[in-house]
Amino acid sequence: MSGDIFVVFEHLRGQIADISYIMLAAARDLAQTTGGEVIGVLLGHNAQDIVSHVAADRVLYGDHPALADFNPEGYANTLSGLIQAEGPRAVFFGSTSIGADIAGVLSARLGLPLVGSCIQIGEGNIISKICGGKIMVETVLADDDTTLITMIPGGYKPAQGQSETPPTATPFEVSIDSLRISLKQYIEPEAGDVDISSEKVLIAIGRGIQTADNIELAQELAELLGGAVCASRPVVDQGWLPATRLVGKSGKSVKPKLYLALGISGAPEHVEGMADAEMVVAINMDPNAPIFNVATYGAEIDLFDLIDPLIEKLEAAA
Amino acid sequence: MAANSISRSPSFTQEFYQSLFKVIDGENIKTCLQCANCSGVCPFGHVMDFPPGRMISWLRAGIFDEVIKADSVWMCVSCYACVEVCPKNIPLTPGLMTRAKEELLLAGNIPTELQSALEFSQRYGNPLGESPRKRADWAKGLETEVPIMRKLNRPVDVLWFVGDYASYHPRVQQTTRAFFKVLTALGVDFAILGPEESSDGDSQRMAGERGLFEMLAEKNAKVFEKYEFGEIITTDPHAYNAIKNEYPTLGIEYPVRHYTEFLVERIDDIKALFKGNGEMRITYHDPCYLGRANGIYDAPRELLEAIPGVELVEMPHSRTTSLCCGGGGGGMWLDGFQWEKAHVRLSDWRVKEAVDTEASILAVACPYEPPRFEDSVKTVAGAEKLIVKDIIELLAEAI
Amino acid sequence: MTNIVVFAKLVPDLVEELEIADNGIALDMEWLRLIINEFDNHAVEQALILKERTGGEVTVIAPQAEGVDEMLYTIAAKGADRVMMLKGDFEAGVNNHALARAFATTVQTYQPDLILTGVQANDDLDGAVGPLIAEYLGMPYIGYISGVSMAGDKLSAQKEYPGGLIAEMEVALPAVLGIQAGEEPPRYVAISKVRQMMKTATIDEYDVAELNTSGGVTANRMYAPEVSERAEMLAGDEDEVATRLVEIFKEAGLV
Repeated sequence: MSGDIFVVFEHLRGQIADISYIMLAAARDLAQTTGGEVIGVLLGHNAQDIVSHVAADRVLYGDHPALADFNPEGYANTLSGLIQAEGPRAVFFGSTSIGADIAGVLSARLGLPLVGSCIQIGEGNIISKICGGKIMVETVLADDDTTLITMIPGGYKPAQGQSETPPTATPFEVSIDSLRISLKQYIEPEAGDVDISSEKVLIAIGRGIQTADNIELAQELAELLGGAVCASRPVVDQGWLPATRLVGKSGKSVKPKLYLALGISGAPEHVEGMADAEMVVAINMDPNAPIFNVATYGAEIDLFDLIDPLIEKLEAAA
Repeated sequence: MAANSISRSPSFTQEFYQSLFKVIDGENIKTCLQCANCSGVCPFGHVMDFPPGRMISWLRAGIFDEVIKADSVWMCVSCYACVEVCPKNIPLTPGLMTRAKEELLLAGNIPTELQSALEFSQRYGNPLGESPRKRADWAKGLETEVPIMRKLNRPVDVLWFVGDYASYHPRVQQTTRAFFKVLTALGVDFAILGPEESSDGDSQRMAGERGLFEMLAEKNAKVFEKYEFGEIITTDPHAYNAIKNEYPTLGIEYPVRHYTEFLVERIDDIKALFKGNGEMRITYHDPCYLGRANGIYDAPRELLEAIPGVELVEMPHSRTTSLCCGGGGGGMWLDGFQWEKAHVRLSDWRVKEAVDTEASILAVACPYEPPRFEDSVKTVAGAEKLIVKDIIELLAEAI
Repeated sequence: MTNIVVFAKLVPDLVEELEIADNGIALDMEWLRLIINEFDNHAVEQALILKERTGGEVTVIAPQAEGVDEMLYTIAAKGADRVMMLKGDFEAGVNNHALARAFATTVQTYQPDLILTGVQANDDLDGAVGPLIAEYLGMPYIGYISGVSMAGDKLSAQKEYPGGLIAEMEVALPAVLGIQAGEEPPRYVAISKVRQMMKTATIDEYDVAELNTSGGVTANRMYAPEVSERAEMLAGDEDEVATRLVEIFKEAGLV
């Protein structure tokens, strides 16, 4: 087994996802201990251009028409052969709609250990964040097996995994038999809605907003601050806001100047979508809410008590 | 919300109708005059597809299925206003309306916000979704330790049943601490159950979840059995109503009093503790479950009038005609649903009446009320200066 | 007839403070309150929706844990045809690999057409359970699913991607899906119905002789996140906080 660290790149419709850069940053940290190279693995079709900014020592590129779009089965079958042939020390996957679909399959198929929800690489160990961000866990690489790791954002900035020098890409052979899973079509998100990923100010609401009607209050704040309202999963699941407003895992990643989190507990699935905000202000009644761990400023008060005076004072300041 | 297609057997109307007779005075429903007083007095009658009177007429026509398909019975705040005006003394609130909610709930026709409160009550023993281990956290930081039965390990005169909102709601916790101060000042031998206490379950029952109510009542009964105490007192009229009127039907029988009854008996001792506190013009809001449901109108007023410098003035709707704050019968957990249907808050109407009395303080005696009325104070024109206080807070401040 | 099996498990309820056991590598079970994994609850709902829409039978299988009876009776009251508990020594170091193997062995007797489970759980340390189950059974897996429709031996699933994009995927049955959200929020079931089920329904039991935890990882250390990362807390009442926030927004050039 080599000391090399593999990073399985994630991309969707021609766009490389930030988690790929984050994984590269983590892989670099891990390679310090294992003494190997950081090797990117790109699966796709005519996709070599999307890896022009990855900070990898080199890239293994598997090109096949069946890999043009993500297919869990096509990805898993291809990677299973590659991992067996190359024997890397560890393989990073995103803990995402792409990586999490295949890491477990490969762990079971190849009998390899799997560490989930890694947020950071410590000194020789893997640090995972579980239980809604309330518990950290340290694990180590297996001695004589390839360790599979799924990665969540929050510990590294994408820029740490970027480079101006494109790495060399070496193709490897891909053969794909008939697959039981096929992509039929993409369904676009509701058009015409605001694009929260380009807003400078976001008012984020969670379970704590209680009713659909209260969203108007958040809307009022958003208008005063020149931004938009976004939400965590429960609000979208209730149908109170469209999926386009969802921040976090399976939602959007946002980087506003101000992220005002109202009644959001700060589960990692949400935090991973907003950890790069310049300033986070969290309002929550629960002093132990994990959102306070990522916020710049926090206040332990009822959001419904705060909204009115805040609106009033913002109007006065305008 | 689910289940728009509810199929019922033809006998459903008949079965439902028969089930109404089991409530005390239930058979009176046969004598309904269709006078529509109930629908007229109902605070949300104007937005209900089936206010009580119309419900009865559809029942009689044998087409009650349609009633269950509509969701407007969730507008009922179980305030007993309809019962109060019914010339035939039909138990509309505890019978018809509650049974109708039970059927809607069984059919899965239930607003999501109410669903969470019920799920929380089942899981944590309180509708707020708070940790049961933190039930006595309101007592943290007090100078004197609040006695808890399990630790005290001896009989007490008074078991103080604190209740859900009094335990957990930050605003109502102030009331709870005030009551602690008064009990301590009076030298009452009391203790609370702390984390062993569960929701009294009364509002869940009135919201159609009888099974949940029974489960909670049995949990409390098991804890009551463990300890020796003379009587139960509570600041929560809903808990009072449950323990007084409903728990006995499950074989759980304990003497219980609302704190206003308990304190009015000690009025001379309290008076001895009062210091001068300046002039105050106060109006008192009769909570539905203290007033109409249990006929306690005088004790709260006597306590208020005992405070030096208090001038008590009445709102146009008082005693039996008191206006509901909107929190009963599941209303605490249906604010969003009810707002979407009615675009009005019942607490706003009450606060407007209070403002018109030119009182500086709106006094209440139920833990549902301070947060609801204070919300309205923020939005009702002219109410900015109105202060909402539980009677117990006024007593504590005067001591 | 479609045979749908759901794998559901209990996870730590985050409403309580979590404490670390004395050995430093596990959660302290004494004070741990368990709750159905939210995503599994959605998987149950999705299974019931499918049954109501296209017929079939729903079986729900859960590993033994404190409160699992109540969870299974509740699910039965919601409309599951069969509920079952995996019995065994799940307390000691059980991970998703072991759970997936135990479930896979058990579920084969039911010959499922479709297996649903939550896409993730808050205590997953060795990845989600769904892909493991799929692979042990040799079935295809797709996760992050928020809508399912069935036609013959094929199934169409809506897979969520970041930003609201949805991929409609077709998969040959039998298959395993990781459910992100059911098409409707999980339904409410009256306690009276649950209590009725406690009297009338049976929880089938399946003894898991041996738990094979390989493939999972062992924690070297477990701890609460450091407090030093915390936000600067603004003190005072809502008025003071609002005033301070407006100042902060001004400094940042937002007002």
